[in-house]
Amino acid sequence: MATDAVAFAGADASVQGQSLVPVPYVVRSLTRETADTVTLVLDPDHGGERPRFQPGQFNMLYVFGVGEAAISICGDLEQRDRLVHTVRSAGKISQALSEMPPGSTVGVRGPYGTGWPLDKAVGKDVVIVAGGLGLPPLRPAIYDLVRHRDRYGRIEIIYGARSPKDLVYYSEIQTWRARPGLRFQTTVDTAGRDWYGDVGLVTARLPDARFDPANTVAFLCGPEIMMRLTAQALETRGVPPAAIYVSLERNMKCAVGICGHCQFGPEFVCRDGPVFSYDEVRRFMTVREV
Amino acid sequence: MVGPTVRDGAIVYGEIREDSDLPAGWTDKQEAGKYRLERRTDKALFGYNVGPHGWKKYLFPSRERLWTGVRTGTSFAIEPEKDEGPPVAFLGVRACEMAAMDVSDKVFGKAGDPGYRERRRKALRIAVQCGQAGGTCFCVSMGSGPAVRAGHDLALTEILTPHRHYFLVEVGSAEGAAVLEGVPVSPAAPSDSASAEAIVAKTAASMGRAMDPVGLRDLLVNNPEHPRWEIVARRCLSCTNCTMACPTCFCNTTEEVPELSGEKVERWRRWDSCFNSGFSALHGTSVRASTKSRYRQWLTHKLGTWHDQFGMSGCVGCGRCITWCPVGIDLTEEVAAIRTPVASSQSAQAKA
Amino acid sequence: MTKSHTTTGAPLFADHPFVQELPAPLVAAMGRVAVERTYATGDILLREGEPAREFLLVVSGKVALEAVMPARPRLTIQTVGPGEVVGWSWLTPPHRWRLDARAVKPTQAFAIDSDILRTLLDEDPANGYKFLLHLLPFIAQRLENTQFQLLDVHGD
Repeated sequence: MATDAVAFAGADASVQGQSLVPVPYVVRSLTRETADTVTLVLDPDHGGERPRFQPGQFNMLYVFGVGEAAISICGDLEQRDRLVHTVRSAGKISQALSEMPPGSTVGVRGPYGTGWPLDKAVGKDVVIVAGGLGLPPLRPAIYDLVRHRDRYGRIEIIYGARSPKDLVYYSEIQTWRARPGLRFQTTVDTAGRDWYGDVGLVTARLPDARFDPANTVAFLCGPEIMMRLTAQALETRGVPPAAIYVSLERNMKCAVGICGHCQFGPEFVCRDGPVFSYDEVRRFMTVREV
Repeated sequence: MVGPTVRDGAIVYGEIREDSDLPAGWTDKQEAGKYRLERRTDKALFGYNVGPHGWKKYLFPSRERLWTGVRTGTSFAIEPEKDEGPPVAFLGVRACEMAAMDVSDKVFGKAGDPGYRERRRKALRIAVQCGQAGGTCFCVSMGSGPAVRAGHDLALTEILTPHRHYFLVEVGSAEGAAVLEGVPVSPAAPSDSASAEAIVAKTAASMGRAMDPVGLRDLLVNNPEHPRWEIVARRCLSCTNCTMACPTCFCNTTEEVPELSGEKVERWRRWDSCFNSGFSALHGTSVRASTKSRYRQWLTHKLGTWHDQFGMSGCVGCGRCITWCPVGIDLTEEVAAIRTPVASSQSAQAKA
Repeated sequence: MTKSHTTTGAPLFADHPFVQELPAPLVAAMGRVAVERTYATGDILLREGEPAREFLLVVSGKVALEAVMPARPRLTIQTVGPGEVVGWSWLTPPHRWRLDARAVKPTQAFAIDSDILRTLLDEDPANGYKFLLHLLPFIAQRLENTQFQLLDVHGD
């Protein structure tokens, strides 16, 4: 239906070939990450493979009778038989999603949006900075960077959260930290006695990161203020704004650029984003209430 | 066939079954925040400008069911809605409305919306050349009128002389030609065409408003902190009338409508507005909480970033937003104020 | 060249990032009185409320700045690492530390007696000005960190 070419004047290519109605998926598992965050692993109801996606893209997840929410895909590109989503319980729909027991059905439509441009990072140093729930949308990119390690220069990852118990993928982070050839720094806003890591902003970790600013690509994801501060710090260090990428978030209903809700300046975050290069969006990131 | 008819003190679009449904002898007087009908001294059928409705409601209904879902055990099955409506003829489409449909074709085409495509395909457009300009019209400024030159199936110019009341008909398509079969027509004389052109020229010369569209995109995108936004925000009620009346506004929302039993659910789409408070809701608050930010979003989008998105302006100069704003906000006036260098407008508003 | 290390391989005061752009005579004078400190993980460098009598520069390791509140667990507000300074309460009245500082890793630092340092800075206002100018970014960073922690920059 949505894949037909549109015949009348002024028409462009149709929606990214994806169905506009949710497709049933079965919850295989639900794992608690933190007090308000869970990770859902979904199997296609019809068996077989899920649609291909790019790291950074999102799906609209649907709870029958309740509604849809835009959630980034956070699984491994190579695991073709499942879809993984990390969901924070923030509103009615995400709350419902984070209570779906194994065996229940979740509707999925997508993938939508633009992804992290890994191709632009080949041969360069890669700096990844994540804040809070900004790590899940970056995880598929991290998997891919690690899998094809030899394509890239230095890999520096910085992840900040409110407190140690708000860190997601905790045991996976330990695996990454133990890997030679990449550095993974974690920092929190406040901590108690049991934390031996850093306390402070993600930007305070940048001086410890080693990369050649003129030959670096940066992927940033987290609250807008964190991305703005980090992008500014990177730019001060000499990374060109066109080499810095951010993932923006706005209210989404249709996910296909027709409902108008997700607009950010001239951009439809669902279609032109959520991944944008910083030089494309920086002027709007500093205007209040855009 | 849908076309103009008098109802509730306005000329709106509704089903037309016979001649007497048309607003013969009526005209409209429009100004900022004002609309009223008046009697004409003749019996012109199309002697008015545009009413609160556009053709938007036929191509993009204000409420539309997208699909129906039913539970099947632990899973569900979804049946998309098929549009099975009959072909419709639009009678009395004005140049600005043709232009608005060009804009909507681009907007809905880019998103690949199948419902719009289908309804648009089934619409026969009988255009009417404007015989008068309204108090809030500025199609000439926007390059969208007053003459319909392309896209029509038929285009009518109503010509009234003391002795004759007739129409010059221009055929624009094979479908239009087919409609004319069985209608008593005779070839137009050069004087008929000349009369028609003269009417349109007179209309073009009597526009109620003007707005220079040159450089508008940059002007608005580059001035998010212009003091004028604060000024207009004090008047704006965020009532959404402008977006409802505007023929190119397309913002909409989706709703989940479950049956009580929980076994069946419908997904509906309905018109929304960037002026609504929940429109930009994110993480429990609105990104655009202030009226100022919403008005700025609407105008900057309509006249500015629409160019970035669709390669054209979102405004066709129909004037509906000016007429139907309860406090009479006039975007041509707002734009003129934003064009004024800040120093002089600041001193004007310093103690406002 | 001023040496303030006790054995070969130990850090040179003049190499510390904080003093890199300070006037050479000031650095030399500071270096003459700088003392090396070594802390094991868990050692307390200074305590809230105690007289602030030293200027501490971290050479290696990591120090946590902690707030202590009654009936509440300790909260680490910030960690400070190599090249950074621990605090400046010695500079302003009431000259008492406002936070605890605890080594969360084996840490090496230089300590300079604050009475001597204040005298050095008072004697030559040009030195004093340069020193404060260098201290300012650390103060600004601490303030910014606190502001943005309030704004929940890592949350949503």
